[in-house]
Amino acid sequence: MFQLIADTLVYDWMALNASEHWVEALHFFIYDSLKIGFLVIFVISFMGVVNSYFPVDKVRDFLTNKKLYGLEHLLASGFGAITPFCSCSSIPLFIGFLKGGIPLGVTLSFLITSPLVNEVAVVLFLGIFGIKITIIYAVAGILVGAVVGFALSKLGLEEHLEEWVKDQLKEKFRQAAIKDSRSFKQRIPEIKADAISTFKRIMPYVIGGVAIGGLMHGFIPAGYFEQYMGKGNYFAVPISVLLAIPMYSSASGVIPVIQSLVAKGIPIGTAMAFMMAVVGLSLPEALLLKRVMKLKLVAIYFGAVGISIVVLGYVFNFIL
Amino acid sequence: MVIKVLGSGCKNCSNLEENVKKALTELSMQADVVKVTDFADIARYNALKTPALVIDEKLVSFGKVNDVNEIKSFLA
Repeated sequence: MFQLIADTLVYDWMALNASEHWVEALHFFIYDSLKIGFLVIFVISFMGVVNSYFPVDKVRDFLTNKKLYGLEHLLASGFGAITPFCSCSSIPLFIGFLKGGIPLGVTLSFLITSPLVNEVAVVLFLGIFGIKITIIYAVAGILVGAVVGFALSKLGLEEHLEEWVKDQLKEKFRQAAIKDSRSFKQRIPEIKADAISTFKRIMPYVIGGVAIGGLMHGFIPAGYFEQYMGKGNYFAVPISVLLAIPMYSSASGVIPVIQSLVAKGIPIGTAMAFMMAVVGLSLPEALLLKRVMKLKLVAIYFGAVGISIVVLGYVFNFIL
Repeated sequence: MVIKVLGSGCKNCSNLEENVKKALTELSMQADVVKVTDFADIARYNALKTPALVIDEKLVSFGKVNDVNEIKSFLA
């Protein structure tokens, strides 16, 4: 459908010549903006509904009461993937989980996956790379959260929480259940307000990213990057992870650019490692975590996540 | 009475604050309405999701924008 709209617009109405570079770039830009814009609206609305009904307190109680031989890390990580990521809720959830008696390692599994597999990244992946790569990305992200959280749980890191957090944990936790019995209709206004603000926040980056992607698509020859960052270059994965760290604010603009990079010869594993690092290792998040963790724990956390992303990048380059 | 609206300043937090003020006007009550935006402070009240509502240091609701009638029932 979007292909048809873009074709009609560019080749019929504007009567442009399909063999010219800038026409190809324009066509790509219109097609991708339409497709991604549509997907973003659909997915953020859907996730808004899921989020509105999602019983976080029940999940917390469930994770508190179950001893599942490590499987609780996978559950916490999966939970992190489906909750919409917003730094404003991740810290209260982090403290809430710990206070509820969930072990630090399990809580970290949640915290790692929450930004790594978030609805915006997933929808962009879906629009750009298709369903197969998206599923692989999501599963890999959940596994990273589960494995890193499990590994960190063995290190006894509780002492590296900030003092005020430790004080909070000493308090006896009690909270009466707060029920939300509103009808779907009553929930619509706040789901809408959330969706609109997310849309407004990310679309300028998406459009910008698609524009850059379109230019590269039109003007850079296929396979151009292969010689620099191909599978033969073993440093490409760690370098792209490092490059990704300062790019967080523009995550939604980076993915469309990555698509063009992949088309021009960058291996998919390197690209995925870069993507994961963009959303999973960000300076704003590090500063936020610093509020609840001592520097050493923040460093261990980021180090462990970074190393797993690099390993995943190599694995994907090998198998995909 | 002190009413605290917990949240990072998103649209829904300001909607909740407006509803609180409307409820107070309709009940002709006086109260200090305070916005709490600091994550650490939000966490102290055990709010798992924002926006959340705290009345006299007690968490009464989280993760939703309460309508005026519901807020009135909290205040009564």
